[in-house]
Amino acid sequence: MARHVVAATHEIPPGGRKLVTLRGRSIGIFNLDGSYYALLNRCPHQGGELCRGTVTGLATSTEPGRVEYSRHGEMLKCPWHGWEYDIRTGQSWCDPNDTRVRAYEVTVEPGATLARGPFVAETFPVSVEQDYVVVEL
Amino acid sequence: MNGAGGIDCDVHPALPGLSALLPFLDDYWREQVTVRGIGGLDLLCFPHRLPAFGRPDWREGDAKPGASLERMRRDLLDGFGLQLAICNPLYGVEALHNPHFAAALARAMNDWIAAQWLDRETRLRAAITIASQDTEYAVEEIERRAGDRRFVQVLLLAMNAAPLGQRRYWPIYAAAERHGLAVAIHAGGTARHAVTSNGWPSTLIEEYASNAQAVQAHLLSFVHEGVFVKFPRLRLVCAETGFTWLPNFLWRANKTWRGVRAEVPWVDRPPAEIIRAHVRFTLQPADPPPEAADFADALAQLGSDELLLFSTDYPHWQFDGADPFPEGFPANLRGRVAVDNPRATYARLMEEVA
Repeated sequence: MARHVVAATHEIPPGGRKLVTLRGRSIGIFNLDGSYYALLNRCPHQGGELCRGTVTGLATSTEPGRVEYSRHGEMLKCPWHGWEYDIRTGQSWCDPNDTRVRAYEVTVEPGATLARGPFVAETFPVSVEQDYVVVEL
Repeated sequence: MNGAGGIDCDVHPALPGLSALLPFLDDYWREQVTVRGIGGLDLLCFPHRLPAFGRPDWREGDAKPGASLERMRRDLLDGFGLQLAICNPLYGVEALHNPHFAAALARAMNDWIAAQWLDRETRLRAAITIASQDTEYAVEEIERRAGDRRFVQVLLLAMNAAPLGQRRYWPIYAAAERHGLAVAIHAGGTARHAVTSNGWPSTLIEEYASNAQAVQAHLLSFVHEGVFVKFPRLRLVCAETGFTWLPNFLWRANKTWRGVRAEVPWVDRPPAEIIRAHVRFTLQPADPPPEAADFADALAQLGSDELLLFSTDYPHWQFDGADPFPEGFPANLRGRVAVDNPRATYARLMEEVA
């Protein structure tokens, strides 16, 4: 397990995302209202690049024809077959017990602490004035 | 176990001819039928001389198979030692374009089956014939007949005017649920549309086999329109449309739902789960695998022991001999299919009928 500096916080605004490669794995970093989440960019269904999919809300209903639309921007649809995942947890909406995308720990840390290292993606230029998104992998 | 003591969930008493309904029509319709010389309104999809629609040893000369109660007693009720049998009379009521005439015929059919069959044979139960052309008429007829506890379900034909899960039909399902009646979709057509989605086939054999596809379309409609969300106690019976196609149909329904379920957010669980909870399938015609030893595997793929309802499809010729269960049908499931599943599906079968 190592920690990777993947972006300055301003690079991924709320609603934005960034794809990075860490230790050979493609990973999507998402900003939901200022909180950051990281998911493996691989749909557990058939391996589609999930993190390039459309971000949506969640449609639920208890009465045919009447839809409650909630959790705007918090769901991710795989571009291959449309399976929906919760960006916060990687949990599948249709199959919550058996299908889950690998999610990674994400923290936001000031450059001043990061400059002291050690970090894996040391090539990322860190300045002490900014905050950074850090993924544990 | 070969069905003895069982509950047959699909038998067909035949209306000998339209004249048999005359005593049950009002003055106006009796005169209309007579003056206009309307002779027979049998469904074209069940020509009674065709071998498939009358088992040879159950026929009596050129009479319509299933037209005689005496023969039904001998061949079916006594012949198989049945406890009960549910009559699904197949007639052209739903095929008519005049909804007023259809509603009058539906009333007459139900009064005829009550007087000529149910009153004379206590082992019989029946489906309520309705004119689904007009939902108000259909509900009116269900309300009129629901008090007679010998009627246990509402009958609809598989090749109908529209996907039967659509909201225009919901008052029918509301009435059925309210009165503890199941709804049966039975093979057969009304010629509202071509019987396949590719157009009209050239032969009757194609039409008959296409009933499986017709009922599949209705199942998708019931699930995705949300009928079972709205009417959670409703039981749907697919009669005479087979069941061995079910596993791959359910797999595909689940797979597709996962991708596009946001279109139908009220479908909040996999379609297979909904169908297993609400829909039942009659045994005959069974389409068993070529090797009898494979039948148990095919049934296991249904994912539930509760889906099948025993049926002979009398007088249709679906099997020979004295055992309505196809070869290889597991012995340990027979009692469940013959008695337990029908009782669980039709609440009214558990009642003592005066």
